[in-house]
This record gives sequence, C-alpha cells and structure tokens, in this order.
Amino acid sequence: MKRVNAVVIGAGAAGGIVAKELSTAGLSVVLLERGKWYTSNDCRKDDLRNQRTTLLGNAFGPPDEGNPRVWVDGKGISHIALPSEGDYQNNAACVGGGTLSYGAQAWRYLPQDFRMRSTYGVPAGSSLEDWPISYDDLEPFYVKAEYEIGISGDDSATPFRGPRSRDLPMPPLPVNREFGILEPAAKRLGLHPINIPMARNSIPYNGRGPCMRCRWCCGFACEVDAKNGSQNTVIPIALASGNCEMRTECMVKKILMDDRGRAHGISYFDADGRLQEQLSDIVVVSACAIESARLLLNSKSRLFPAGIGNRYDQVGRNLQGHHYTGAVGYFDFETYDDIGPGASIAVTDYNHGTPGLCGGGMLANEFIRLPIHSLDRLPTNTPRWGLGHKHAMRNYHKRTIVVIGPTQQIPTEHARVTVDASVKDKWGLPVARLQGNCHPHTFEIGDVQARRAQTWLKEAGAVDTSLMTSRPEVRPELIEASQHQAGTCRMGNDPRSSVVNRDCQIHEVDNVFVIDSSVNVTNGGFNPALTIMAVAYFASESLVRNWKGTGFRS
Amino acid sequence: MRTKQTSTAFSRRTFIKMSAIAGAALASGCATHQRSNWEFFTEDEAATLTAICDQIIPADDFPSASQAGVLNYIDKQITRHYRRHQRAYRKGLGRANQVSQQQCGKILAVATPAEQFHVVASLENSDKPFFELVRSHTFEGYYGSPRHGGNRNAVSWRMLGLDEPPIRGRSLYDLKKGTPS
Ligand SMILES: Cc1cc2nc3c(=O)[nH]c(=O)nc-3n(C[C@H](O)[C@H](O)[C@H](O)COP(=O)(O)OP(=O)(O)OC[C@H]3O[C@@H](n4cnc5c(N)ncnc54)[C@H](O)[C@@H]3O)c2cc1C
Ligand code: SF4
Repeated sequence: MKRVNAVVIGAGAAGGIVAKELSTAGLSVVLLERGKWYTSNDCRKDDLRNQRTTLLGNAFGPPDEGNPRVWVDGKGISHIALPSEGDYQNNAACVGGGTLSYGAQAWRYLPQDFRMRSTYGVPAGSSLEDWPISYDDLEPFYVKAEYEIGISGDDSATPFRGPRSRDLPMPPLPVNREFGILEPAAKRLGLHPINIPMARNSIPYNGRGPCMRCRWCCGFACEVDAKNGSQNTVIPIALASGNCEMRTECMVKKILMDDRGRAHGISYFDADGRLQEQLSDIVVVSACAIESARLLLNSKSRLFPAGIGNRYDQVGRNLQGHHYTGAVGYFDFETYDDIGPGASIAVTDYNHGTPGLCGGGMLANEFIRLPIHSLDRLPTNTPRWGLGHKHAMRNYHKRTIVVIGPTQQIPTEHARVTVDASVKDKWGLPVARLQGNCHPHTFEIGDVQARRAQTWLKEAGAVDTSLMTSRPEVRPELIEASQHQAGTCRMGNDPRSSVVNRDCQIHEVDNVFVIDSSVNVTNGGFNPALTIMAVAYFASESLVRNWKGTGFRS
Repeated sequence: MRTKQTSTAFSRRTFIKMSAIAGAALASGCATHQRSNWEFFTEDEAATLTAICDQIIPADDFPSASQAGVLNYIDKQITRHYRRHQRAYRKGLGRANQVSQQQCGKILAVATPAEQFHVVASLENSDKPFFELVRSHTFEGYYGSPRHGGNRNAVSWRMLGLDEPPIRGRSLYDLKKGTPS
C-alpha cells in the first residue's frame, strides 16, 4: 500500500478532527476505524439496545462477540467483561466514535480545571496535576470546535465560566418544562442557571436542519442529523479534501517501529480479517483512553519492550471518568413534556470554591427519560415489584425530575489500564485489563453534590426526593471510566510523570502522537467531548506548523 | 393475542413425571421433549414463568406482564442475546416449583394468586439471583421497545400516558412556554 504522511487510528471525536486538519493542510492521511459507518437507516430508536441502555447489546459497537476486557475486583480477582456490560467501561466503536450517539452536552472546562494542583494541592494518595496548557491556550480552539462542530446554547448568565472571545454560533433550543420549573428555583437559591451548550442544531446550520425534539436522544443516533459529531462535520470535510482515505472495520494491531526508534507505520486487520500494513511518516493514536493505552502497550518492539511511550511505566495510569451523583425529585404535577433532548438547564456554581473540597462539578437536569430508566428511580419506599411498583410507575414517570452531575474525579496512578496476555480478542490481541478505584475524596465531593441537587429539587417544589450516590463500600472496585474515560496518556512537561508533551507528541518518539481523551491530565467537572475536540484542534495546529514537507521534525 | 399460558392437567402430569428425572434433565440443561409453542421454554416452564412474571407486574386496568407479551420477549431473547441465562431459567423455574410444592402443595401455575405472591416473595429472598434475573427481564419486556416481542402494542407506554405513536417534527412548532401547565 502507498506510503502516506499520516495514519490516524480511530474516527471518533478527536480522530475525525485530526484527519480533517491534516488533510486540509495538504498531508495525505489514512483514517482507520475498527467500527462501521452507520447511516440514518441504521439509527433505530431502541430502548433496550442503544449506546446508553445496552441490555440487549451496544448499538454502535463493539459487539459482544470476540471483544472481551478483563476487570479486577476489590479482592484482586480478575473477571471477563463483555462490551455491553458496565464493567467493560465502554464508549463506542463506529465512525464518529462516541459522538454519533452522545448526549452532545458541549462544555468548556473552567480555567481552574487546568490548574487543579495549583488550586488545591495534592490530596494524599492522588496524582492530581496541572495541565501543561492553560484555558487561555485552548480558548481559540474551543471557538474553532464550537463553530466547526456546531454548538447551540447560552451560558452568558453565569459568572462561573471562562472568558469567551466569541459567542456560540447558535441560540439555545426553546426550553422545556423542566427548565421552567428549575430555573426560578435556582435563582431563589442564588445560583446562576444557564442553557446547556449542546452540539445540536437549534436552527439550520452547516447544511443540516434543527433538532425535532424527539424522545430518544442520548445514546441514539439522530435520524434527522441534527446532532453534531465528527461523522457529520469534520470527517466529510476530510474525505472531500481528496487527501484522506477512511477505512472502516479495520482494527489496528500495533505501531511499527524502525531500528532508530521511530515509527514507520502500523499493521492492522482489515474488514476480512487479513493482516495489512500501512506505512506512514507519522502515527496519530485517537482510539479513546482505554484502547489508546492498550495499543501503545501492545506495540512492543526491541527498543520499546514495554510498549511505546512507556519507559517510565506511565501509559495506562490515571484512568478516570466522572463520578455521577445527584437526586431525583418527585412532584405532584406533571414535569414531563416529551420534548427531547430533555437536558436543558445547568449550574456551574458548584464546580469550584467550596472550602474543604478539591473541586466539584456541574449540575444539570437529566436527558429525557424513557420508561426503562424510571424503574429504579421511584420513591424510596416503593415496592420493588407487584402492583405497588406498577402504580408508582404510573404516578411518577411523568412527575419526576432528575438533577445529576459529573463530579470531577481526583485521579490516582493505581487506576490503570494494562494488557492481559492471557485473554485475547478475536484478532488474537491481548485485551485491556482495568483495575483500581476512585480516590476516596471523589466520593466525598460526589455526596455533597448529590445533596445540592436535592436542595435544588426541593426548592423547585419536589414533594419527595431520593439521593443518587454510589459508595465504594458497595463497589470497592468502582472505576467509573466508560463514556467519559480519560487520562491514560497524560500530557505533561516531565517524561517521568507523563506520556506526551503539550503538543500531544510522545516524549520518546517524535513521530507518534496521542490525540484524544487519553491526554486529559484531569477531566473537569463537565462532560469532556468539547475539550477533547479543542485539544485535537490545538495539537493538530502545532503538528501542521512543525510539519516540514515529507518529514516531521519537532 | 396469542394464548400460550394454558396450564392444564396435562402439564401437571408432565411435571410430576418430569420431577422424577428432574435432577438429571435440569442439570444437563437439556430441553424437554413435549411439543411447545415456545422457542426455548416448555409449556410447563412457560406456565411457571407466567405465574412469576404476573406477580412482578399484575393486571389492573392495564395488562399483566404475560398479557403484554413479556413471555414472548424472554423466550425470544433467551435464544439470542440472553443465551447465557438459559441454564439459570431452566434450573430456577424448577426450584420455583419445588418451593411452591413445599409451601402450598402444588405447582406454581395452579396455585391461587395469593399463594403465588407468597412463593414469589420467598424466592426474592431464597433465590435472589434468579428472582432478580426474572424481575429485570420482566420489566424490560413490559416497558421496553415493542420490537423485541414484549410491550405489545406499546401498551405500557400508553399506560404511562406517553403519545404512541410519538409526535414527530416538534421543531416546527413554538415550544417556548416551558412552564408547568
Ligand atoms: C451514550 C453516550 C453519551 C455521551 N454523552 C456525552 C455528552 O453529552 N457530552 C460529552 O462531552 N461527551 C459525551 N459522551 C462521551 C464522548 O462521546 C467521548 O468523550 C468522546 O467521544 C471521546 O472522544 P475520543 O476521540 O477520545 O474517542 P472516541 O470518540 O471514542 O473515538 C475513538 C474511536 O477509535 C476507534 N478505535 C479504538 N481502537 C481502535 C483500533 N485499535 N483500531 C481502529 N480503531 C480503533 C473506536 O472504534 C472509536 O470509534 C457520551 C458518550 C456516549 C457513548
Ligand atoms: S432530540 Fe433532537 S438531536 Fe436528539 S435525536 Fe432527537 S431530533 Fe436528534
């Protein structure tokens, strides 16, 4: 196969952007994706089989057959997890990656989120760190992501946000009923509620129409293509540039290294299971936190016996996601209006600044609820089955509001991805092995956040509430990486405590880059996709800037 | 509506005959032998499962679990995505009848609703993993998407007051009110 300038591994949030930026700058690119390219014909609104409720499997990959992972419980015992099971910690595997079916909340992190260590110090047992780049470094690239991907919303009503050089390109969607109930209550509490920024068209944008407010959004592909991911924005531009070829259902096996310690391409299994090689000048790994770490660790060679970027045993460490906590409020009037995407209002007042807590998180109302989601969110005294349960479903499905938020996790180096040579996937590659726990302080913050959600709901008129918290006593092995997985190839200035530099370039190999959620030093108290996208634009820009003809010099 | 939940003297006789060989047959996980309208379950198993499911979601002015097609859902999935639970069902349904025999001297399918309630309530404690499995699958079949064989005619969604079929194209209308009605 013809040698190209760049191979990009993974057509997700970050990989799509990198492919677009490099190919439109004139580099020849091959974009490899292990999953399929789904169209609107494939987007069934199936309550039991989507990317969020996976009882009957993942709608957008990976399939359960032949793709196991191993997770290690609190006693050190290993278990197999299938992709549709929670312990697998799945995101997605398809063109668009998580962004085909995500909820599309499109948050900027706050300036403090990039300086967690400077702001709070290091809690005992944690690996809390500052990013080597700041909010100000990233700001122009947040703007770029907001305009190229397409974000609607309005966060102007809160002082708790970073400075913006440009407003969002689209106004928020008209609000739903929950917004009308929660907004005055938040204001009475002295909070600053805003319309959540969303990667979702509220008006015609980028040649596609607006959201039609359906009941099935988070976890589903959008049949009217109003939800903006890499699959309907940057990837089509990359392909139209004439410089980018995308190959789907291609599983990358390893990065190939030459005798001088530089990469010269990758090997992969094509859609027919045949092993292929694609030579290239540079390799960009954008396979999401768990699989990117796995690929680097599986890319062993003479000069890199422990895998690429792993000289100081850093690859795979600091695995984190978000610790979701919140509360359910029960009302004596209908709060449900059947208008998607449901999530509409948020406060960012609690992300920082609480004495005694290292951070916090955003709180928002939950995405529109399907009946299957109400089953275990009924008032605490509800019988678990029988007529009592059925009546509670009838009473409360439309009289409930959930307020919930992603508590920023305090990272630890013990929460990590390694590879398990004794368990192989259908291609014979050692699978990812997940182990470790959240830092205990994460749970303390999460508990405070849940009570704050409860207070908000009570103020809004909830006649009863229940808390949504999960405690380490219940699941000592709680990792909570899944959809918001991050941190496994930390960005930093010191090669001994990080994997890539501020340009997402592996410290010890100048032509291999990791550009995706893996590089997040900390994960903010927000859904991460917009920050992953901004970092992808930032890193692509410096890559293109440093690109010298057919070779790459740092 | 298909009626599959017939529990006749025939089934009971079969059960008694079966229980003699129950140990062996159940342990080997092999299906029985009599003709069944189901893909996986025998008619007897289906009758037992119907009794359990209908305690988890009984009828009121809206259908019970089995009336809404929950058995159809479980039967379908257990030969597809839930193949891994086949053994758990085969054994669990057998144990449910043993408990029923002990508590009320008859198999579950022919016990009175009050007796069935007590048997299922004791299964919740004595056979927790099996009970939880059936509880989850019953809820999925009743409240989940009709395309998988349960929630017949989207009856549970209608029960909850959801529009069925759902309204499409809302962005064409002014939805700015956003206040409680
Ligand atoms: C249901 C759901 C809801 C979500 N909601 C939100 C939200 O509201 N807001 C938000 O900010 N985030 C949300 N997320 C998370 C968001 O989608 C992720 O944070 C984001 O997609 C991560 O981007 P990434 O580029 O790191 O990886 P991904 O987007 O996951 O892309 C990685 C790609 O690499 C491919 N790949 C992996 N290994 C290989 C290999 N060896 N060879 C070839 N290809 C490979 C994968 O198949 C995948 O397509 C949600 C996710 C899901 C699933
Ligand atoms: S709520 Fe809007 S964006 Fe979401 S799937 Fe429905 S139409 Fe698409």
